[in-house]
Amino acid sequence: MQTFDLSAQGLRALNSSLHALRGQTTNMTSWEIINPRGAHAIAAGVDAPVEITVRGSTGYYCAGMNKQATIRIAGSAGPGVAENMMSGTVIIDGDASQYAGATGRGGLLVIKGNASSRCGISMKGIDIVVHGNIGHMSAFMAQSGNLVVLGDAGEALGDSLYEARLFVRGSVKTLGTDCIEKEMRPEHYEALEQLLRRGEADGKAKPEQFRRYGSARKLYTFNIDNASAY
Amino acid sequence: MSDFPRTPPRYSATFTPAVNAEIRRAAATGIYDIRGGGTKRHLPHFDDLLFLGASISRYPLEGYREKCTTDVWLGTRHAKKPIHLDIPVTIAGMSFGALSGPAKEALGRGASAAGTSTTTGDGGMTEEERGHSKTLVYQYLPSRYGMNPDDLRRADAIEVVVGQGAKPGGGGMLLGQKISDRVANMRNLPKGIDQRSACRHPDWTGPDDLEIKILELREITDWEKPIYVKVGGARPYYDTALAVKAGADVVVLDGMQGGTAATQDVFIEHVGMPILACIPLAVKALQDLGMHRKVQLIVSGGIRSGADVAKAMALGADAVAIGTAALIALGDNDPRWEEEYKKLGTTADAYDDWHEGKDPAGITTQDPELYKRFDPVLGGRRLKNYLKVMTLEAQTIARACGKNSLHNLEPEDLCSLTIEAAAMAGVPLAGTSWIPGRGGNF
Repeated sequence: MQTFDLSAQGLRALNSSLHALRGQTTNMTSWEIINPRGAHAIAAGVDAPVEITVRGSTGYYCAGMNKQATIRIAGSAGPGVAENMMSGTVIIDGDASQYAGATGRGGLLVIKGNASSRCGISMKGIDIVVHGNIGHMSAFMAQSGNLVVLGDAGEALGDSLYEARLFVRGSVKTLGTDCIEKEMRPEHYEALEQLLRRGEADGKAKPEQFRRYGSARKLYTFNIDNASAY
Repeated sequence: MSDFPRTPPRYSATFTPAVNAEIRRAAATGIYDIRGGGTKRHLPHFDDLLFLGASISRYPLEGYREKCTTDVWLGTRHAKKPIHLDIPVTIAGMSFGALSGPAKEALGRGASAAGTSTTTGDGGMTEEERGHSKTLVYQYLPSRYGMNPDDLRRADAIEVVVGQGAKPGGGGMLLGQKISDRVANMRNLPKGIDQRSACRHPDWTGPDDLEIKILELREITDWEKPIYVKVGGARPYYDTALAVKAGADVVVLDGMQGGTAATQDVFIEHVGMPILACIPLAVKALQDLGMHRKVQLIVSGGIRSGADVAKAMALGADAVAIGTAALIALGDNDPRWEEEYKKLGTTADAYDDWHEGKDPAGITTQDPELYKRFDPVLGGRRLKNYLKVMTLEAQTIARACGKNSLHNLEPEDLCSLTIEAAAMAGVPLAGTSWIPGRGGNF
């Protein structure tokens, strides 16, 4: 276990050390970051199959553009956690602020608490599992991937979304433009079961408790008759 | 019938035939006009400025004997690896999607041969461009299409795009005709849809957030890459100041003459400011912060010749970027395709329906039958030639002003032909010491 005291050694030294693992064969596969104190860009740009635990809460963009690594935040995460993640796993024991998983292209983001507004905004292939609720404008312009919410969703869920799949167990305050409820077919139950298991939520919820939301695809080609929807 | 003379038909200056035609088109279709390119209206521009060549008070440099340097460093504020270019004319961001793969390759070939950089666009980084661009600037856009840390690391600089001159406050647009399999795959979108890019970044709002975003990008790339911030010319003083405050190494300022692949005509023609009005305000912001020449300023929007380059630099820019002019150098809007332009209901030098993907020159298209007409080797050579000519022209003017570097050009080398341009550029009206709004004698 490599223990890194962020307040003592600084952000640059941390990320430099983590980036040095890229493409290397190393036995330094388990890292612990202590005293994060809400710092920004903690473990941003990691590209190695290592496990990193952050002991405390983080600022903006923790685990940004993560590849391969499994990063656990033993606390809450500030805005843009795991933004543009490519692969790997990010787990937040607490809550997540705005833009969690924004533009993520792959991997798995698990939020054990609640997520604020714009969770999964413009997501491009990432899977996101939120054990609690999500805020307004989540999955805005979401392109692909899966967003699973065990709690409730705020206003304008999935506004202007493309092909992302949204699964919500609780209530949805309002659906965004061009977002509609869709039928749950066998393949969706199967996918959801796997997502719940991967998202450490299989004991908390069952696939049949969820509803699926997706794109009505009416805004895919501009039509003047839909102008009021924009 | 009376034999008295009749009043001849008189067109309205308000309801011109062009205005009326647009009203009829709107009434028939119910949709605004979408097109590519930049503003087509007349604006105060570099043509309204003249250089004051040396005479007794200043002496010139010998045109073919004495050196006049053209190279420029970009990103010296924070980046471990700032960029060094041989010439201060860069290629502006244009997306793969808007342009064909061979066109992106040609831009890389031409720019590299001339010793300058190219810039990606709203579609990710292509192998054509990375492979042929010695120096490549990777745009970080609201859409984040194709964004990934590997491309960030293999870029030579990163340009955070906040806005562009053709549409400050607007997002990108790529209509279904151009969303081919490859474009759709790179952007992770369904094929053939009308793609609308967001106008704001998804994970930050405001200058304080931008500072943190820049920190993240620097951390991901280990502080090696220069970070540019690109803004559309709308409030250049404050936007430049805020970009500097957020930590930018380079500010890219794009006036309303700057082109776009596609957006609403009403946006292109009625939003933003001409680049002439933008440059002095951005320079003042840099000077007020003590950052002029420390944070470099690249300006774009209607740069066409070495004279424009020299004038922009005399006003305080460190470098310029060209987009539309580069496409014309490659062969866009060339009269050789006139018969095909006519079939599209337009004519050479006026063709701007780039979003339809039917470009006869094979540059702004994803149609293989069209883009195979375009030879990227020849296109690259033409671009190199054009860049070389621009540089020689700018040097010619600088030497005439007694300057041994393009960067030594200064506002005192200029005068204005019009009151409007004098006020915007902050240089005296020709034959006077009067700068409207700043005093002096008429």
